[in-house]
Amino acid sequence: MKPAPFDYYAPSTLEEVLALLGQHGDEAKLLAGGQSLMPLINMRLARPAVLVDINRLPGLDYIREDDGMIAIGALTRHASVASSNVLKKSCPMLPHAAQFVGDLQVRNRGTFGGSIAHADPASEFCAVVYTLGGEIVARHAGGSRVIPVEEFFEAPLTTALTPREIATEVRVARIKGAAWSFRGIAPRFGDFVLAGVGIALDFDGEGRCGACRVGMFGVGPTPLRAYKAEQSCVGNRLDEKLIVELAELAATEADPSSDVHASAGYRRELLRWLVGWNLRNASRKHQEEMK
Amino acid sequence: MTRHIITVTVNGTLYTREMDARKLLSDFIREDLGLTGTHLGCEHGQCGTCTILFNGVSMKSCLLLATQADGAKIMTVEGLAKDGVLHPLQESFWEHHGLQCGFCTPGMLMNALYFLTVNPRPTDLEIRRGIAGNLCRCTGYVNIVKAIKAAAEKMAQNKGA
Repeated sequence: MKPAPFDYYAPSTLEEVLALLGQHGDEAKLLAGGQSLMPLINMRLARPAVLVDINRLPGLDYIREDDGMIAIGALTRHASVASSNVLKKSCPMLPHAAQFVGDLQVRNRGTFGGSIAHADPASEFCAVVYTLGGEIVARHAGGSRVIPVEEFFEAPLTTALTPREIATEVRVARIKGAAWSFRGIAPRFGDFVLAGVGIALDFDGEGRCGACRVGMFGVGPTPLRAYKAEQSCVGNRLDEKLIVELAELAATEADPSSDVHASAGYRRELLRWLVGWNLRNASRKHQEEMK
Repeated sequence: MTRHIITVTVNGTLYTREMDARKLLSDFIREDLGLTGTHLGCEHGQCGTCTILFNGVSMKSCLLLATQADGAKIMTVEGLAKDGVLHPLQESFWEHHGLQCGFCTPGMLMNALYFLTVNPRPTDLEIRRGIAGNLCRCTGYVNIVKAIKAAAEKMAQNKGA
């Protein structure tokens, strides 16, 4: 439970970070909040030769509205996401999801950018960004690029970032209206989910579904969208018959695996229930808002 | 491996020390400063018994490197009592039997201290969620929740007085 030896750098400019990454490549690991990386290092499951601590970089801790999206600086702590008034107004699914991330101490230290770059398949934050749509701003020594979230998550703990890149900002789409819902099921409050679902819906004046997004997490190697269920939703009234159909459809689109916590079949069953619960919850919130 | 010199304030005392890059803050506090009130359980962020205040905010010291504390203000459980007088949280843990073996207590106290600064009048459920990052294998948590609730009332009264 003691880390293997490594060299440690704590640069105060992005240029120095990029130079260190350029020099050390995949020998180096970026250290942000460290709430996932430090356990791996303590248990020696990770043995990076070089740690580049980015906590002393200025100007990466912010949440602001930008061109219809919300821009979140990579070093924004989970606790700031949980309490942000900008997010509560324009993207309430994120602060809602934040309460299920880790525990109080983890939320005090963990960073939003770190959580996205770590790409745990059961991560609430990865799930929300994937569900609502968004993009990740990545910097490297030669410049920067913007990666759509659909292309960002490649496999468990694996993203499109190269060893010489750093994610500096995550942008997530706003939520219009009240018709959203998010819920996961975990063995204990704050633990990794066995299955989770996030939903954002538009309704037209007649009460029929418009754009619909159904995100699933903990039930595949990356966050997933239930595209078939989303398409079947559009243009229809969200009655009980349709909800059951959509839940069935979404469950076929998931790709859960079995482990010590739950079988693949159990995860799929939870997912089916969660899609139904979240659709009913989103629909109820919409109706309350219309009153 | 790189070596580093840091200057850090712990419980109001300024320390300057040199250490290896891989030294955990939890080990630094116990071994280099001799403050053994901070306990180590799992050393990978699961048990919460090494919780300290880092610039006023509760964090698990086993998930921080000592070098990261350069320039920081840290408070450990030794900083709670003042001139031999227990902190209201410590008093309440005593009065409500909020500990049995006491191993988790330093982390419980430090996390509860921070929790009550952000939520000074919590419900039982909020307390339970607030201390979700601190494991106790003796009490079943009931008396810990009672103790934190009683401390909240005491601290609110002290503030009003």
